[in-house]
Amino acid sequence: MLILECPYCGVMADETDLHGGGEAHLKRFGPGSSDDDFETYLFHRKNPKGVHFERWRHVSGCGKWFHAARNTMTLEVYGTYSAQTTEPPKAIVNAVKKKHPEWEGWT
Amino acid sequence: MSTRLAQGGRLIDRSKPKNFTFNGKRMKGYEGDTLAAALLGENQMLVGRSFKYHRPRGIVASGAEEPNALVNMGQGGRFEPNQRVTTTELFDGLTCTSQNHWPSLEFDVGVVNNYAARFLPAGFYYKTFMAPAAAWKHVFEPIVRQSAGLGKVPTEADVDRYEHFYYHTDVVVIGGGVAGLAAALAAGRSGAKVLVMEQTHHWGGRAPVDGGEIDGQSVEDWIAATLAELEGMENVTLRTRMMGSGVYDHGYVLGYERVADHTPGDGRPRHRLWRIRTKQIVTATGAIERPLSFAGNDIPGVMLASAVRDYVVNWGVSIGDRTVVVTNNDDAYRTALALKEAGLEVPVILDARDEATGPLAEAARDAGIRVEPGRAIAKVNGGKRVTGVSICLQAGEGAALEEIPCDAVAMSGGWSPVVHLWSHCGGKLIWDEAQAHFRPDPDRAPTGHDGEAFVVTAGAASGAMSLADTLENAYEAGKTAAKAAGGKAVRKAGPKAEAEEAQPMAPVWIMPQGAGPQKRMKMWLDYQNDVKVSDVQLAAREGYESVEHTKRYTTLGMATDQGKLSNINGLAVLSDALGQPIPATGTTTFRPPYTPISFGAIAGEARHEIFQPIRRTPMHQWHEEAGAYMEPVGHWRRPYCYAKPGETNEQAVHREVLNTRERLGLLDASTLGKLIVKGPDAGKFMDMMYTNMMSTLAVGKCRYGLMCTENGFLSDDGVVARIDEDTWLCHTTSGGADRIHAWMEEWLQTEWWDWKVYVANVTEQFAQVAVVGPNARKLLEKLGGMNVSKETLPFMQWADGKIGDFDARVYRISFSGELSYEIAVPASQGRAFWDTLLEAGEELGVMPYGTECLHIMRAEKGFIMIGDETDGTVIPQDLGLNWAISKKKEDFLGKRAQLRSHMTDPARWKLVGLETLDGSVLPDGAYAVGEGDNVHGQRNMIGRVTSTYYSPTLKKGIAMGLIKHGPDRMGEVVDFPTVDGSNTVIKARICDPVFYDKDGEKQNV
Repeated sequence: MLILECPYCGVMADETDLHGGGEAHLKRFGPGSSDDDFETYLFHRKNPKGVHFERWRHVSGCGKWFHAARNTMTLEVYGTYSAQTTEPPKAIVNAVKKKHPEWEGWT
Repeated sequence: MSTRLAQGGRLIDRSKPKNFTFNGKRMKGYEGDTLAAALLGENQMLVGRSFKYHRPRGIVASGAEEPNALVNMGQGGRFEPNQRVTTTELFDGLTCTSQNHWPSLEFDVGVVNNYAARFLPAGFYYKTFMAPAAAWKHVFEPIVRQSAGLGKVPTEADVDRYEHFYYHTDVVVIGGGVAGLAAALAAGRSGAKVLVMEQTHHWGGRAPVDGGEIDGQSVEDWIAATLAELEGMENVTLRTRMMGSGVYDHGYVLGYERVADHTPGDGRPRHRLWRIRTKQIVTATGAIERPLSFAGNDIPGVMLASAVRDYVVNWGVSIGDRTVVVTNNDDAYRTALALKEAGLEVPVILDARDEATGPLAEAARDAGIRVEPGRAIAKVNGGKRVTGVSICLQAGEGAALEEIPCDAVAMSGGWSPVVHLWSHCGGKLIWDEAQAHFRPDPDRAPTGHDGEAFVVTAGAASGAMSLADTLENAYEAGKTAAKAAGGKAVRKAGPKAEAEEAQPMAPVWIMPQGAGPQKRMKMWLDYQNDVKVSDVQLAAREGYESVEHTKRYTTLGMATDQGKLSNINGLAVLSDALGQPIPATGTTTFRPPYTPISFGAIAGEARHEIFQPIRRTPMHQWHEEAGAYMEPVGHWRRPYCYAKPGETNEQAVHREVLNTRERLGLLDASTLGKLIVKGPDAGKFMDMMYTNMMSTLAVGKCRYGLMCTENGFLSDDGVVARIDEDTWLCHTTSGGADRIHAWMEEWLQTEWWDWKVYVANVTEQFAQVAVVGPNARKLLEKLGGMNVSKETLPFMQWADGKIGDFDARVYRISFSGELSYEIAVPASQGRAFWDTLLEAGEELGVMPYGTECLHIMRAEKGFIMIGDETDGTVIPQDLGLNWAISKKKEDFLGKRAQLRSHMTDPARWKLVGLETLDGSVLPDGAYAVGEGDNVHGQRNMIGRVTSTYYSPTLKKGIAMGLIKHGPDRMGEVVDFPTVDGSNTVIKARICDPVFYDKDGEKQNV
């Protein structure tokens, strides 16, 4: 059972206090988008063995959505950060790169 | 025969006898016995029948790895099947029965399976699927069903209570043997907070059985001294009868404490589940001895050598008078010596190694025991009990050299570290060639949130097989864990033992190594699932190369023991059949729990009324006092109807409908979700959330709205009221308030975070009552206050004001088709308001009505209900709700999806009304069939019923349904075959879904 730090209220929250929201940094496609773009937005999700960026909500806490960068294999958490961004913060990207030089990046 | 010896037994107190029964037979044991020891003390070697072939099975082990000896324990509300006798403490009055046989344990008809064994090979179950379908239905399924399952299902509710316990610590040490104690000593001395758990009720593990000296003391004295030191440390907590059940992400551990299994009914919780957060974990879980694979190795009386030794030393029980020892390592010699010391006979030690030269072998020879190197067991003789063994060369094919009469066989195939807890959360294993076992790879430990190891192994669990190595490894493990958990450096030296010389073990996977098919069919690998060497070899021949596939195909390592005893033997046989080294085969996945834990412990206190919180409206108590029949709606309980004395629920519902339509009804609508959406960008946001245009709704007006997911499917509906320039109030379904609130928050926080909007869930801040029926206005006017006339407060508007003395917000909305006011008052005033309405309404014929009346009235009006007409695959267009979908808006959630080709397909099933030709009520969910058959030979489906009721107003059955091309088929008759076995077809005519007051005149007066 994971522990993630809520970046809003600072609580080290148990997974039971959180609600998982799947892959982070999805770009929404609405009316006017191509069938392919819309299908990708709606259905295609990464399922990496390794570094992953996820959405979580501190549902039994402050209620805020945030993002977590973690490793699905080692369970290492590289950091949590605001959900109000379209890409992960540089510091977290650098922390992952330092640990995994072979990592291909978050996109 | 097995018997209680006159002397010995370090764990029992002979002054305290305990009586128990097995299959109704009265038996006696002593305090400190396990049920296994007590049964063996009474010569009850046969304890069950095997799962598949119903072969007689006896006790094989002395601990958690026992595969055979599972019994039905207890009676009535304390009955529980599949309890291991080796881990059950004996208590006075214990009752148990053996499992998996008919009519009796001694004589079991199912044993015919044994003679048909060659027709029940590996993958038998899967192979039955390749037979014609009729064979499955008439031959295989009855057989498989008859023989499926172990034990019996309890018939009564569990009378015991269970609890959860939350615990935070620095270091958890799992296992209370000498390794666990040494690790705890190091961790305790560092000042870290330490929890030590031991699954049995005694400390020290099996080291006292093996003997030896620690720091110049006997092992037992050292254990006592160490316990005293640990008990003196305030930072150390010691718990017995507590198993480390599982290791999970980021230092989460489950401890399973069997508080009162041995004292049933004493008022304490039976089990306590410890939910532990720790920084570091030391697994000092020891090792489990492996059986050897020789023909007849499952006959009662064949036992692990270590278990034979445990029963003699710990409980003063001998398994037989003459015990043949068969081994591939030094350790089994300790058993021979222990038996000799207890005055029992060991006719021969068969050592599969070419020579037996270690100090223990020498000691055995000195004790006068015959030692035969290079020898093996060709076969065990006997049926329900061992009567002797045939000896052969290990290197040969099994030609008998000699017959030796005996009544027990002690076997040892080497030791496998218990790596389960290490592996639960990702710890990896390496193959140790010298010991022929998998052991934890310290370089690939489970990692925590910081990417660093959080589990370290100690003692035999690390693969340290001697006392000296165990102590050194374990003390170091304790230091490592304590340091990582923030403890002080420990300078004090750890416990030491003399290094012993030992002869290396030799891996032996089949005995003798050249055994033919006849012998391999009698070599059991998995006792619980009846998997033999020949089954694994067959699986390999049939192409099952992955160990995970072989496991499922043969059932090797499944069921309650999960292959603790002999999985390695199975892996070795599979590797040999595939011609690859064992590490290339690997192991199956180790998953929690280590051994099965009770459902009660998992549930904890969450039973009965506290299983789930119940939400109550301010009028809830009135409903209960009125004798309302309640139904769950989300976490709410709502009145379904208010039956009067002598009235059925159905009669009550019909009365409520008619009374509301003709006079006056009251509905507690407080559960309806109420969300406030407010802010400068609230209008823009509302337009995204709803399919309708909500930004243009005038202040003071109401509008029915639909919400969809990004998939386009209908998710919720309700009436929206524009409160002021910046504020909207959204009514959601009763069950949907929290979900829709979260849905709005998600979009505001993660997509449109720059929009200035707040959402507040005020559902519980208001009590809401629907005042419905032709007399509704008369009632409100009688109470006085605000003007509720048609002119001042027309349909689909709302106003704030006073109703009588109550501050009220009154919505002119209707879910029934009648003149209707939904009135919200502060929650604290809800009950008083309800009472006032009932009292004042008496002369107007007021009656409260429940949810079923609400459902019927809405169905009569053709109003959809989320969850009836929708099921997560229905879009608003299917329901004829196009009028509620804005064509002007560029975007709303679901808009893009509703343009996908499947969503615009004209063949989608669409909402229509259905009236049966004979006036009967269609069954709920009934399917309509069309012309022709599908590929499975079933009739083609063309639609289904979504809502169906008897309408008291129209005095006939009415229904709504989704029908292919439905709206274009008005007046046509469709067939609904019944599934009640009557083989009848109900015919219904497609009609307009609005059955009552099509023009909506009644609600608009």
